[in-house]
Amino acid sequence: MPVIEVSGVSHEYGDPGNRRVVLADVSARLTEPRVGVIGANGSGKSTFVRLLNGLVLPTQGSVRVDGLDTRRDGREVRRRVGFCFTDPDAQIVMPTVREDIGFGLRRRGLGQEEVAVRVATALDRYGLADHADHPAHLLSGGQKQLLALASVLVMEPAILVLDEPTTLLDLRNTALVTDTVSGLEQQVVLVTHDLSALDGFDRALVFDEARLVYDGAPEDAVEHYEKLMR
Amino acid sequence: MNLLGLYQPGSSLVHRMPALAKLGLLVLAGAGAVFLDDPWQVGLAVLAVLVVYVAAGLSLLTALRQVRPLLWVAALVGGFHVVVTGWERAVVVVGALGALVLLASLVTLTTRTTDLVDAVVRLCGPLRVFRVRPERVGLLLALGIRAVPVVVSLAEGIRDAQRARGLGASPRAFAVPLVVASLRHADALGEALVARGVDD
Repeated sequence: MPVIEVSGVSHEYGDPGNRRVVLADVSARLTEPRVGVIGANGSGKSTFVRLLNGLVLPTQGSVRVDGLDTRRDGREVRRRVGFCFTDPDAQIVMPTVREDIGFGLRRRGLGQEEVAVRVATALDRYGLADHADHPAHLLSGGQKQLLALASVLVMEPAILVLDEPTTLLDLRNTALVTDTVSGLEQQVVLVTHDLSALDGFDRALVFDEARLVYDGAPEDAVEHYEKLMR
Repeated sequence: MNLLGLYQPGSSLVHRMPALAKLGLLVLAGAGAVFLDDPWQVGLAVLAVLVVYVAAGLSLLTALRQVRPLLWVAALVGGFHVVVTGWERAVVVVGALGALVLLASLVTLTTRTTDLVDAVVRLCGPLRVFRVRPERVGLLLALGIRAVPVVVSLAEGIRDAQRARGLGASPRAFAVPLVVASLRHADALGEALVARGVDD
């Protein structure tokens, strides 16, 4: 498994004299296949996962993925860490399903034949083959999220970060996405408000008011989080 | 529903024609439209375009859908010309406009966006000397096409929210949240593009 090392990380923004701290002195070494991240809205969990592929750079401290620093080696880190957002509409770039899955591969400079083969494999694997040439905006919410996932996974990242991927989905589509994610061989870091999604996870982090307040077994983490919310 | 001529798969001669050739013909047609002077010439041009639609395996209803968003513009332009230059000129101007929109839609209906983007990137290649990055221009085109259904969906959501709150058709109450939602979407899309390695 890849190794994610977050060392003494703080992140803040705003003008001098009016700084807002969104993460304060967070350290964690993530090596487990399945890591959950939970916490209240505004607790810092989304900022934490955005640090993992360099979307957000720490104000203090460092984040390393397999020894690569997100500040210095951002491009290489992003190749290793795929990122899936809450709203699939905001991450689908191309008008049709096939084109969106192939988007990243083409930008990476792969030949047309290789792109076609890898896209066809992804379409089959994620159940999108029947929609290959459909406009992406006509897909259901679950299919859109699967498309977003497929477009990230076709790039073969070693780590997949998901920031509340099922928040906008109904129960059926949530199950569709959750089942797909559970079958992945990649290391997964999942931010979620759905505590049942942590079943079978190896570790969970709890954030509260910009701090990592609990780090351990998912069952204990959920209990800790529920106590915080009372 | 197919908003503004998104690609419809097919194997016709029009589908198989290279994107660059289609764009070239579209430019030529645009330039040629200047020379249309009589209503019968415009009628012939529109008929020719419709024949190409049928040859491409597209229905006349599909063709009609492409010009429907143009109706308000056509009414305004046509009305202006009827008053100022006469009905014949109005028919020529509106007809030529319709024929060109139909042709442009035909290009997007029969060409994958990726092929269009490749063609535009190739066309913009010489601009590298002016430090223009052709890949960025191509991406801009793709995002522009993708943005149409997204903005329409945002607009529908805002209209629904207004109706749910019993608000009437206030342009300001519609435009402000639409602009804000569009900007928020653009922000999120930018973040997703970085995550997908576009900025590398």
